[in-house]
Order: sequence, then structure tokens, then C-alpha cells
Amino acid sequence: MQAVTNKKSLRLDLGIVPVLIALALASAIFEVAKSPEQVMVIQAWTFIACMGSAAIFFMRRYGAGLPKDEISGYATDVVKFGVIAAMFWGIAGMLVGLICALQLAFPKIMYAGFLSDFQWINFGRLRPLHTSGVVFAFGGNVLLTTSFYVVQRTCRAKLFGGSLPWFVILGYNTFIVVAGTGYLLGITQAREYAEPEWYMDLWLTVVWVCYLLVFLGTIWKRKEPHIYVANWFYLAFIVTIAMLHIVNNLAVPINAYSVKSVSLFSGVQDALTQWWYGHNAVGFFLTAGFLGIMYYFVPKRAERPIYSYRLSIVHFWTLIFIYIWAGPHHLLYTALPNWAQTLGMTFSIMLWMPSWGGMINGLMTLSGAWDKLRTDPVLRMLIVSVAFYGMSTFEGPMMSIKTVNALSHYTNWTIGHVHSGALGWVGYVSFGALYCLVPWLWKKKALYSNALVEWHFWISTLGIVLYITSMWVAGIMQGLMWRAYNDYGFLEYSFAESVQAMHPYFIIRAIGGGLYLLGTLIMAYNLWRTTRSDVPAVDAATALNLVGEGV
Amino acid sequence: MKHEIFEKHSMLLLVGILVVVAIGGAVEIAPLFWINGTIEKVDGMRPYTPLELAGRDIYMREGCYLCHSQMIRSLRDEVERYGHYSLAAESMYDHPFQWGSERQGPDLARVGNKYSDEWHRAHLADPRSVVPESIMPPYRFLFETPLDYSEIQDVMKANRIVGVPYTDADIANAKLDLEAQDDPNNKGVDALQKRYAKVQVRDFAGNPKQITEADALIAYLQMLGTLVNFKTYQADAPENRR
Repeated sequence: MQAVTNKKSLRLDLGIVPVLIALALASAIFEVAKSPEQVMVIQAWTFIACMGSAAIFFMRRYGAGLPKDEISGYATDVVKFGVIAAMFWGIAGMLVGLICALQLAFPKIMYAGFLSDFQWINFGRLRPLHTSGVVFAFGGNVLLTTSFYVVQRTCRAKLFGGSLPWFVILGYNTFIVVAGTGYLLGITQAREYAEPEWYMDLWLTVVWVCYLLVFLGTIWKRKEPHIYVANWFYLAFIVTIAMLHIVNNLAVPINAYSVKSVSLFSGVQDALTQWWYGHNAVGFFLTAGFLGIMYYFVPKRAERPIYSYRLSIVHFWTLIFIYIWAGPHHLLYTALPNWAQTLGMTFSIMLWMPSWGGMINGLMTLSGAWDKLRTDPVLRMLIVSVAFYGMSTFEGPMMSIKTVNALSHYTNWTIGHVHSGALGWVGYVSFGALYCLVPWLWKKKALYSNALVEWHFWISTLGIVLYITSMWVAGIMQGLMWRAYNDYGFLEYSFAESVQAMHPYFIIRAIGGGLYLLGTLIMAYNLWRTTRSDVPAVDAATALNLVGEGV
Repeated sequence: MKHEIFEKHSMLLLVGILVVVAIGGAVEIAPLFWINGTIEKVDGMRPYTPLELAGRDIYMREGCYLCHSQMIRSLRDEVERYGHYSLAAESMYDHPFQWGSERQGPDLARVGNKYSDEWHRAHLADPRSVVPESIMPPYRFLFETPLDYSEIQDVMKANRIVGVPYTDADIANAKLDLEAQDDPNNKGVDALQKRYAKVQVRDFAGNPKQITEADALIAYLQMLGTLVNFKTYQADAPENRR
């Protein structure tokens, strides 16, 4: 019976997916033929190269009958692809971040000689590549792949849609490649974290709707009566990102053949729309989604149940309700009406509570298993990530207080704050999940080396500490210098002096970022060796991949 | 109430999530579109000239907004350093807004007419030649790249669709206006000045042979923050208190 229903759904998706790809390729070919803009033609060719490869992949995969992992058991091939993609983009995105950091620290060297005419890698074009690379490429692939893994296990059902999950992950990575190369060509909407232009926004919308369908469809097929808490968070992440993405990217293309569009809103309304989006990209992409990871991988790895079921419920609903309101804290003392600023600040402070509720729920899951922190470096990484989550979700509300924000806004303190969340929380919880997933997926007994995980952990922790402390000092110093007055009542420092004062901290930050990247490279090596290990998993672990096994 | 109902019905969970996440945006953002006081009443605001608009596109393309804000906060030191705090009205024609979030470089909301064109040319080509401490990338290529304004009318039409009050004449004459603004001897200057109040007309990049991207960018920078007439702006008037 199971096999029959699977086959039915597969037949349908094998009709839909090729049509989607063919339509997309046809539009791209249309742009190549019609567009007078060279950059649009390059973008279209890039798209054709990516989705064309995807089309060839589909033909090979489904050409000779249905692949094994879509007939019985759980779908694992697509999850494996996501793990590799995440690892690749993680290294790429962090490397670009390091280059950006070096550009700020050593502009004379980084823009010397022929580099001074190399417009494609100026800071202004690389910075979106870094943020999109780590947030959407690395983080996005981690979320896609872990959600595909977790939803199957917690529902005890095979991934819905047959080849549709493959369309989602290949389509998403195509979005990354086309958008990312576009930044280097200077194609941008000039909206932070929403830089991709209208045609890639449309493409992402299609991919995202398919993602929602795959995720919901798997839940519909579940053999567990209850939807597990991790899936609430994943679902909130998927639907809220859809809402934010669509509203924030509302724009009028100047014509059908141009890369350029004009945003629907302007000025103050546009600013709040953008930061409603921007802050909730943090709230729902980088928080809710990764909390889904926490709620599955921490209990799984610690072999303990979630600390409090009731706290999970409170955590979930309060977090998603309050987060949405916090956007205006990016616009304090600006031309945004005061009532909206106050509302944003108030909700930002309230946000501290659900955040810490979640942190407590994650940390206390280790009750009775604290000794594992000593022996299992992967669990340690997961738990430290939750600690960093707690730290940055305290720092955030604090920085949202108007008087604190008067000092911190526009400074490098914000950069430090973002990175304590990004490197400490998002990075570590992702690394922890990937360290868990690789032996499970490739059916190996254990990681290649726990010692290398230790090295990764300590090197990257040192990197994070250097990064965030240097940015705290730099940011607070900047804020104080800008508002310093001398005895005669004049501003004490010129702006250029505040830039000069940043130099040593920019160097320390680059070292911190470099160490973090080094840790990630160690991890990639460790995971690669794990996949090639000759020691297979024992039966019990292998059995995890079969439908019918418990969570 | 039993939470079980959400855990057993995926569509109820989905709808529950949508309702809960929609409230914040609906209460915070939506009123900004109809509350009258959101944008102050000011004299002097006008849409960008075609050359300024093209310059703004280069500003966005190069990611200037990632290091430079265009939003002077209502704090004493900012007002003394950069000028009058920014008004919402000053970005009412900005699709999208360019308030920024960082100041790796200084605020640019009122950089217009603060420095000479010569300074901007030297600074854009090699920032450290005029500001030794600067960490800004060099933009020499802007001086060598001719400005592509073949689609400027489409850009203006799209702006009009989203609410910028460009007239038919503005759009029809866009290319002539653009050329006139970069050349004081152009016969279209009078018409340009009639269409756009306070427009600055001169060869911004100092190269009379062609209109380059640098011309457009400097034209944009030199008008930033210069439009609103603060002599007639009444900050304490009830309609401007927010």
C-alpha cells in the first residue's frame, strides 16, 4: 500500500517538476535573446547553466526508473546533497567575509595596484555576497536539509513529493548562484539582506512554495498523531519567510528585459517595511528555523527528552508573536514616527523573555546528562550555541533601549552583536547538526575524529571571542568619539579620526574571523574523512533510516 | 484550551502561525500609510532629475548604503556634525529608501554642496589622496565608464507608477534634461531649471567630452539634503509633531 501511494505521488511530481524547469529555462532563454542589457544576459546564462545542470541531473536520476531511496525508507540523497552544499557555501561565505574584513583593515593593500580598478570585488559589492553567502547559502541549506531530515523522522513518513524536494534544493542553490554572481555585477535592489532583483525574487517564491508543500505534505503523511515541536518552528520559519519575502520585495521592474526594478514603497514606509523584513529574517530565518534544529538535535544527541513541554508551547507562540514587532528598533531617533519607535523598543525588550525561555528549555534538556559535555564535543558545540543564543538575545533587547541605541546605532557594536548570534548561535548549532548528520546519513559508526572536533571547537571559540570583543570595543569607542565634546563645547573628533581609531580592532576582527574559517575547514576535512570511513554503522543506527523506526 | 488541537491539525497550526505573525506588521506598518503626520509638510521637495536619478542608481549599485547612512538622527552631536536632522519628507521619493544601517563612513544625508566637485573627483578616484584615514574603495572606473542612460525613461516611468510625480513632459524630455544638467552651455538648461527647482547645472566630473557615471554620481551627491527649505519648515507645528 505504501509503495503504491508513493508511486502515485511520484508520477504527478515527475510531470510538474519538468514543466517548472522548462518554463524557467524558457524565460531565461527569452531574456538572453531579447534583453539589451549585458548583465541580464549574463544572469540568464548563469541561470541556464545551473538549472540546465539540474535538468540533466533529473534525467539521469529518473531516466532508468525510480531511485532506491524514493521507493522505500526515508529520502536521504537530497539531505546528503544539502549537507555538502551547506559545507561548501559555509566556507565560501566565510572566506568572502574574511576578505571584507581585510578590506576594512588594510584598504591600501586590498585596493592596491590592479585591484584598484577591479570594481567587481569592491567592499560594496562583496558585503552582500558575504551576508547572503553565510545567511542564505550556508544557513539556508542547513535549514532545508535538516528540515528534510527532521520532518521525516518525527513524522515517521517519507519526504512528500518524490522529486519535488530535489527541485527545492537545486532551485534554491540556483537562486544563490545567480543572485550572488549578480551582486558582483552590481545587480542589487539596495535593500539589506533582500538584495536579489525582481526576477530572482520571483524564482525564489516558486521554490519556496514548493518547499512549503514538501514540508506540509510530509506532515500530512505522518504516522505520529502529534506534530513534533521542531516542526512547529520549521513551519513558522517557512510561512513567515514567505510573507516577509513577498511584501518586502514588492517592486515594479522598469521593463521585462532589465535587471532593474523600483520598490513599491518609499522613504519612511519603505524603511519600516525593510526592517520588519530585516529583523525577522533574523527572527524567523536565523532563529525560528535554527530553534527547530535545537529542538531535534539537542535532545537526540543528549538522549534526553525536551526539558519542558509546556515551556516549548509558551516559547513558540510568544516568540513568533513578539518578534514581528521588533523591526523599528533599527530606526530609533530617525524620521520614523515616535509611536512606532516606542512600540518597537517595547516589544524588543519583551522579546528577551521568550528567547531565554527557549534557551532554558534547550540547556535544561541536558539535566542528568551534563557529564556528556566532557566526552562529546559535538554536544558541547550544540550547548554552547544555545548559550550564545542566550547571550545575543540579551544583548539585542539591551541595544533596543533608545538610550543605549543612541550610542550603539550605526557603530561596529551592531556588527559584533550580529556576529555573536551568527557565529555563536547559528554557526555552532549548524555545525553540531552537521556533525550529527554526516555519520547518520552515510551510515558510519562515528565521526572520523573527535579530536578534530575539539580543535574546531576551541579554534573557532577563540575566533568568536576575538571577533565580538574587538567589535564591542570598536563600536563603543566609535559611539563615544562621535558624541565627545571638548571644553569649548565643540565636537572633539572629526569623523576620520573615528575611522582611524578602528584600525587595530579591524585587524583583531579579521584574525577572529580567520580562526573561525580555519575551524570550518577542519570540520569540512573531518566530515569528508567520515564519509570515506570503512567502519559502517551498527544495525541499530542503520535502522534509523527505515520507515517505522521511532523518533 | 488544549494545545493538542494545533499539534494534530497542520492547517490549524499554519493558520495560527499566520495570524500571530501578521498582527505586528498590521499594527505597526499599515498605519504609516494613512496617518497624516507620518510625512511632514515641507517646501522644496521635488523628484530627482534624470541625472541625479541615474547617479542614485550608481550609488545603490556600488553598495554605498552599506557604509554610509542617509539619516541624521535627532541627537545633538549628529545635528552639529551633519546638519538638521533628517525629515521623512526628504526621502519620500526614494524607492527604495537609503537610510542605511552603518557608518563605516560618514552620513551623507546633507553632503550636498559641502565639498567642491574637485574634492569629490579626487575622493572618488582615490579616497586616501584627500582623507588619509579613509577605508573607502577607489572608484576610478566611474570616470572612465560612459553613463548608460538608454533606459532612464523606463526608470522614471516605473517611479511614476509607484507614486513619484513625474509629468509626461518630465519623461519625454528625460534624456535632453540629463544631457543639459551636465553642460551649462546646453540650450536645454532653461527648460531643465523650469522643471526641477534648485537644480545644479555644471560639468560635474570635469570631462566635457562625455557624460560618465562619475558625472551622475557627483550630481546626486551634490544635491543630497539641499532641497527642503528649512526657513519655512515649522518643526513645532502640530501637523509636523510625531
